[in-house]
Amino acid sequence: MRRFALIAVPYAWLLALFLVPFLIVFKISLSDIALAIPPYTPTVKDGFSALIQGLDFENFVFLTTDDLYYKAYLSSLQIALISTLLTLFVGYPIAYAMARAPQEWRATLMMLVILPFWTSFLIRVYAWIGILSNEGFLNQFLLWTGMISDPLTILNTNTAVYIGIVYTYLPFMILPIYAALERMDDSLIEAAEDLGCSRLTAFWLVTIPLSRNGIIAGCFLVFIPALGEFVIPSLLGGSGTLMIGKVLFEEFFNNRDWPVASAVAVILLLILIIPIVLFQRNQQKQAEAEA
Amino acid sequence: MSTPVFAPWNDPNETPLIRFKGVTKRFGDFTAIDDLTQDIYAKEFFALLGPSGCGKTTMMRMLAGFETVTKGRIELAGQDIAAVPPNQRAVNMMFQSYALFPHLSVYENIAFGLRRDKLPKDKIDARVAEMLKLTRLEKFARRKPHQISGGQRQRVALARSLAKGPKLLLLDEPLGALDKKLRQETQFELMDIQETTGTTFVIVTHDQEEAMTVASRVAVMDEGRIIQVATPDGIYETPNSVYVADFIGDVNIISGTAKANGKDQYFVDWGVNQAPILAHSERPFSEGQECHLAIRPEKISITKEKPEEAENAVQGKVLDIAYLGNLSTYHVELPGGQIIKAQTANTRRLSRRGITWEDPVWIRWNATAGVLLEH
Repeated sequence: MRRFALIAVPYAWLLALFLVPFLIVFKISLSDIALAIPPYTPTVKDGFSALIQGLDFENFVFLTTDDLYYKAYLSSLQIALISTLLTLFVGYPIAYAMARAPQEWRATLMMLVILPFWTSFLIRVYAWIGILSNEGFLNQFLLWTGMISDPLTILNTNTAVYIGIVYTYLPFMILPIYAALERMDDSLIEAAEDLGCSRLTAFWLVTIPLSRNGIIAGCFLVFIPALGEFVIPSLLGGSGTLMIGKVLFEEFFNNRDWPVASAVAVILLLILIIPIVLFQRNQQKQAEAEA
Repeated sequence: MSTPVFAPWNDPNETPLIRFKGVTKRFGDFTAIDDLTQDIYAKEFFALLGPSGCGKTTMMRMLAGFETVTKGRIELAGQDIAAVPPNQRAVNMMFQSYALFPHLSVYENIAFGLRRDKLPKDKIDARVAEMLKLTRLEKFARRKPHQISGGQRQRVALARSLAKGPKLLLLDEPLGALDKKLRQETQFELMDIQETTGTTFVIVTHDQEEAMTVASRVAVMDEGRIIQVATPDGIYETPNSVYVADFIGDVNIISGTAKANGKDQYFVDWGVNQAPILAHSERPFSEGQECHLAIRPEKISITKEKPEEAENAVQGKVLDIAYLGNLSTYHVELPGGQIIKAQTANTRRLSRRGITWEDPVWIRWNATAGVLLEH
């Protein structure tokens, strides 16, 4: 009984804060737009049978007629994938260096990785505007060194979005990789060298496979939120940056088309379910391997 | 017909496989190895024995190539190995933690070194099968390291380090993680494997019993120096210093001054109102020189009555009895307050034991029972 109560708490939490809102969004996605409050029809007030009869998949069909949507989905996938890879390439060496650092430094280094979280995410993204804009710090510095003669246009391009995503999600990549590398026994590398590996092959054959779970966890932790990212592309991206989070926002607040916005959200969720399930399976496998 | 005794270190015509020549290793200010010179011969089972921090692991890691030599040179088969990186040395190491690759199966762990040599697949298969057979692991080839027991993991580590057929195998506390019973069985297994493969083994251990059991020669180390190198019985019966005598097994040390008494015989004056002890020694001592007599407890016998015709006999009182099952150790307090340990084998049942606490007893030993040491 007590065990049941214990399990019931997280389930109740998920039910109230995830499943119920999702069902509401799903219901709205099946409704029609209306000039009313709330801006869709039918609602519960119309009675149950009218409610059921009024629902259809019209909005989902609509998403297929306008290529804006599938382009936005594809572009989001592309941006999320590329930025996940970039984060991995930046994060892995950092995590590796942290795990190899002297024991007494590690806590400090860990602190430095987590430190940015103490400032609001929004403020940090705004700060990047100041760095990347045409009159920003970066351009001023490069002009001062004489490396460029005209300011680079970085802000309001996809490059700025990549920089923003890599910067924001880097800790999520570093921490799981660091956790995997830190647990690794140093004598494994020595054993590999002893058996005839060069430093590089030892890294490739031992270090990488042993940090695999950390790499996978880190990639999912970056990819999943990056896919639906809204703040970074809308602040740092330009008119050419097409991301589904931005489309969603525009449908919802600019067009006030709640049903279409909801349909976009439902599809986004369906796309995300695949990596989330894969991520869960990886975590589970890892837990089993350690047991 | 008797088989010749394996003792290449006594044969001046033998060339050693490994030569340490004035090797010094410093870590910052700390001297881990201090001007060490030592030869190790092919097919030897050479044990480095000493307390932690004595430099034995450093010596091994220099052989493996994980540490550089600060001064002096190490030769392997006549070649200076300073410039050879660990992955190109004909030396393999079995790590204390075993360092098995957790993501690879037992088979792949053993094949790891062979694959680096780009051997053809059938050669690798044959060699791994041979190693699995040698270490009796055939049934576990497909398992991952976390799916087998500690003893099996130890054997995988051994098989992996032997797979490449090294000239020299280094074993860093190879049995440290096993429980006592398994450790004893494995010691004999190690000796068998060493004999079948004919590989030179250098083992690092802090367990004197292990070193004595497996090794052909034992080097007792302290503070970066080798104090004595000898066969196990040589180390035990004729230690060259109080340190070695004390480090290996149990010993009584009686300090005094030497007085010559004919050829190779000395009297040791060791206390006021005590008859001098007669001791045999081939090592010469000058008149009045300070000396230490080391006697193993099992070489001292204990009786209730005063023994007749004993070369050395002292009266005392039983202070403590340690009953070990097969043996009993008596702690006998002498009138001067010194405590001497005497050991007897319990060949009779306990109920027949005649000596108990506080009993006045006589302890006796022969002149040849102990070793007379300078320091």
